[in-house]
Amino acid sequence: MTGNPNDLQRFTAWERGNHWLVAICFILLALSGLALFHPALWPLTQLFGGGVWLRILHPFVGILIAVLFVSMFARFRTLNLMSGSDWEWLKHVPEMVGSGGPMPPQGKFNGGQKLLFWALGICLLLLLLSGLVMWRAYFHPPAALARIASLTHAASGAVMIGLIIVHIYAAIWTPGALRAMLYGTVSRAWAKHHHELWFNQMTGSRP
Amino acid sequence: MALQSLDIVRRSATTTPSPSVRRMPEVAKLIDVSTCIGCKACQAACMEWNDVRDDVGTTGGVYDNPPDLTAASWTVMRFSERRGGGGLEWLIRKDGCMHCQEPGCLKACPAPGAIVQYANGIVDFHEENCIGCGYCITGCPFDIPRLSEKDGKVYKCTLCSDRVAVGLEPACIKACPTGALQFGTKEQMREYAAERISDLKARGFAKAGLYDPAGVGGTHVMYVLHYADQPGLYNGLAADPRIDPMVSLWKGVTKPIALAAMGAGILGCVLHYVTKGPNDVPDEAGREEGRK
Repeated sequence: MTGNPNDLQRFTAWERGNHWLVAICFILLALSGLALFHPALWPLTQLFGGGVWLRILHPFVGILIAVLFVSMFARFRTLNLMSGSDWEWLKHVPEMVGSGGPMPPQGKFNGGQKLLFWALGICLLLLLLSGLVMWRAYFHPPAALARIASLTHAASGAVMIGLIIVHIYAAIWTPGALRAMLYGTVSRAWAKHHHELWFNQMTGSRP
Repeated sequence: MALQSLDIVRRSATTTPSPSVRRMPEVAKLIDVSTCIGCKACQAACMEWNDVRDDVGTTGGVYDNPPDLTAASWTVMRFSERRGGGGLEWLIRKDGCMHCQEPGCLKACPAPGAIVQYANGIVDFHEENCIGCGYCITGCPFDIPRLSEKDGKVYKCTLCSDRVAVGLEPACIKACPTGALQFGTKEQMREYAAERISDLKARGFAKAGLYDPAGVGGTHVMYVLHYADQPGLYNGLAADPRIDPMVSLWKGVTKPIALAAMGAGILGCVLHYVTKGPNDVPDEAGREEGRK
């Protein structure tokens, strides 16, 4: 499956490694965050060695994901700049979800992927800033600030989990997408169907 | 203090009832600011009974000592000087946990059983369940809980729940030499306060009154104030304390709704997949490109 010499390289090993490190951090943060989010999910603390260890570890993993995401942000920022055609693509999303398309031709990333990229970036920024305020082991914020930070942290965390649910489902729903992030390559057919402008660019084809 | 309790009316991060078959009258500590002489016997008794010792600190040039509540100083006297009433007034307030009927700390706490409220109204921290997140500090309308740097746990006044549970009065009450501190049922304390207030009014303090703020459902530590209309005079005592709307929003109905939304999102994805199938490359395109 991965051995076809005609396959197109979509992500480099560095890009994939960076993505999966961020993903692992996110899973750890989401599970530990949810444990404190609602009493029904408190048993998740056992995955982290109990509530105290969870409280100790969560902020450090948070710092790690921030650093790793900055690296990913630098790699993918220019590829994710929104253009008019991206908003056009987003208008067709209901049709895509309903009947599978057809969708306007897209570059390496489609409007949905780009929007997700920025939304995740904003969530992570809010989570980082509010999380630092809430880090009582090292910071002693005024009460009003701590309250705003706590609300912001919970809200942006919940939104981010929602976004990642969409992100993961999109990868499951679109066969071949996960492979691109695992091995780096996609078939030409996949590239032409999902990202035709990128396919043209990679293969020198004229539309 | 963890005891086998059958009288727990509220328990942090717990959505089912706690052992609560035992009923008991609500208790209260009454602090009569007008008869307090600032001797700090209550502070010493608190340290002694609870067997906690603060580090020797530095003086800030005023009588407040230690200058603030800490993980080992669960009550401190706060001294405020003001001109008024025909001369210098020294308003001395014993600060510490107010034991709110609706405790913001307990609402904010994410660790099951780290904070409980007994049927007698005492709000107690069970440090063995505390994870040290400090959310209680964020939730408290009075800025009372303190995170210990030694063990990462939060501490505050227990209203001597261990003593009260066996029929004794709190240590600070026992030590007070002027009777400024009283302890009993909340009803008794209201009656006692009413006498004190009418006495103060007779002596010219027209605005004397009881501090039992309704915003937090009333408190189990109440003050008799000479200027009940201006609680802020007493070293910034909150005029209308309540659980901050930010905390209510953070810890309120939004959380189950957010959880339900996440669950619905996952369910929606599953239903979408089984009804619409995968977003695969159409066959014709696949065959065409497969030949390359």
